[in-house]
Amino acid sequence: MPLGAHLRFLFSGLLLALALAVAAPAGAQQVNPTANSVREQQFLEVLKGNPSAELRGRVSIPDTRAATLERPAGRDWRSFHQGTMTRIGAVAVLGMLVILVAFYLFRGRIRIAAGPSGQTITRFNAFERFMHWLTAGCFIILALSGLNVTFGKALLLPLIGPQAFTNLSVAAKWSHNFLAWPFMLGVALMFLVWIKDNIPNLGDLRWLAAGGGLIGKGHAPPARRFNGGQKVIFWAVVLGGAALSVSGVYLLYPSFSGGVLDMQFWNMVHGIVAVLMIAVMLAHIYIGSIGMEGAFDAMGSGEVDLNWAKEHHALWVAEEVEKGRAPGARLQPAE
Amino acid sequence: MARMKFLCDADRCIECNACVTACKNENDVPWGINRRRVVTINDGKPGERSVSMACMHCTDAPCAAVCPVDCFYTTADAVVLHNKDLCIGCGYCFYACPFGAPQYPKLSNFGSRGKMDKCTYCAGGPEVDLSPAEFQKYGSNRLAEGKLPLCAEMCSTKALLAGDGEIIAQIYKERVVKRGYGSGAWGWQTAYRETIAI
Repeated sequence: MPLGAHLRFLFSGLLLALALAVAAPAGAQQVNPTANSVREQQFLEVLKGNPSAELRGRVSIPDTRAATLERPAGRDWRSFHQGTMTRIGAVAVLGMLVILVAFYLFRGRIRIAAGPSGQTITRFNAFERFMHWLTAGCFIILALSGLNVTFGKALLLPLIGPQAFTNLSVAAKWSHNFLAWPFMLGVALMFLVWIKDNIPNLGDLRWLAAGGGLIGKGHAPPARRFNGGQKVIFWAVVLGGAALSVSGVYLLYPSFSGGVLDMQFWNMVHGIVAVLMIAVMLAHIYIGSIGMEGAFDAMGSGEVDLNWAKEHHALWVAEEVEKGRAPGARLQPAE
Repeated sequence: MARMKFLCDADRCIECNACVTACKNENDVPWGINRRRVVTINDGKPGERSVSMACMHCTDAPCAAVCPVDCFYTTADAVVLHNKDLCIGCGYCFYACPFGAPQYPKLSNFGSRGKMDKCTYCAGGPEVDLSPAEFQKYGSNRLAEGKLPLCAEMCSTKALLAGDGEIIAQIYKERVVKRGYGSGAWGWQTAYRETIAI
């Protein structure tokens, strides 16, 4: 039995005991022997110790879900969705944007210190780039359509009007439901292909302790294929993606998830993990594009400048050279 | 204007389910959807009670608060209605509702629930009053004809009361005083944040 069913079972027992206790002293002086019955107030008292309880009875229609008379837990979900979720979402997304703008203003674009060498080295092959962009493309649509559910009503609805907003939200809902699948595939592929380069080690701790060369003075300790920061992104995507996948599949298949209480739970997990992941991805997008010279090439053409590679992944470059994968020249000299 | 409410006097309800049938018939409610149902608590045990339950047309309705497309509205009579043209069938109102009132014509996977349907207090929807479009989407609009919801109007034991909250509370109070007991107005604490003081 799932937890919800246990609770409901326990609760029915409690309720029955309560009803019997109330009914027991009803003596012969009572007009109606069943006059004393459970009241809403008693039910709500019981609820104080068990907010996820439902009051269930028996119905004579086939739909057994209709047997739930009251389920005040919806109120907690409402206050989560309208309060906590909105606040966490706003703080995570806006907070990260503020941090990134501030970082750009203070630190500026991180240049290749030695300047571009003109020579390149292959960082990501075509398949790696494919799985990255598959995941990234889906994630952007999933993130926007997801944010629309929580923030669209306040931000977009007043701008475009009810009917246009509904049309957009329907399209967003269908995109969300269907792009979830290629997103899950992308996360699974990245996990399988990149796990071997993403096992955390002591060097990562030193890298993170040094602020990755992003914060403070001095350069970060040399890294192998992925540095500490990239490993954090990898694990955020893998673990966050797994949490989003599990919760999302439960939400997509209401018949698997048990009852509405389970749906509320998975909805909360999905929402919180999603906004945190959006915040992490904003930072990832920043540093992979305008934040750092030469970084975008890794996922663009797959060929990065040798000096960029040496500055950020010195150990990896050494390994590649050792394996005989000599850097190719970006500018082909005339022969 | 009146503040319309439902009140089920559980000490009178005999679980005949006529309110359920009346609702389905009056509003042409499709198969699989029950805007109203009768739930029996402690079935077969001392203190057994049946309560007829539908959308309670809550004060500060949770469904309206969580709707991502804002398709709910409250009429001048405090009846909570929704616009099916705007509903995207996301299911959030169903998560939030304490009474399990929102229903969906489809409960298939992939989020294809269809447009939400629930009790309209026999007050139709946003279409022109008593128009065929209104009937087709929302069912009857008895309020526009000066009548109360059919479930309550035809309740044989007058257990289910519909009308202005103060008037039906007064009727219930008189009953309780006269017979000497009452199991309370089910759902009122949750829907209206108030009970009927006897």
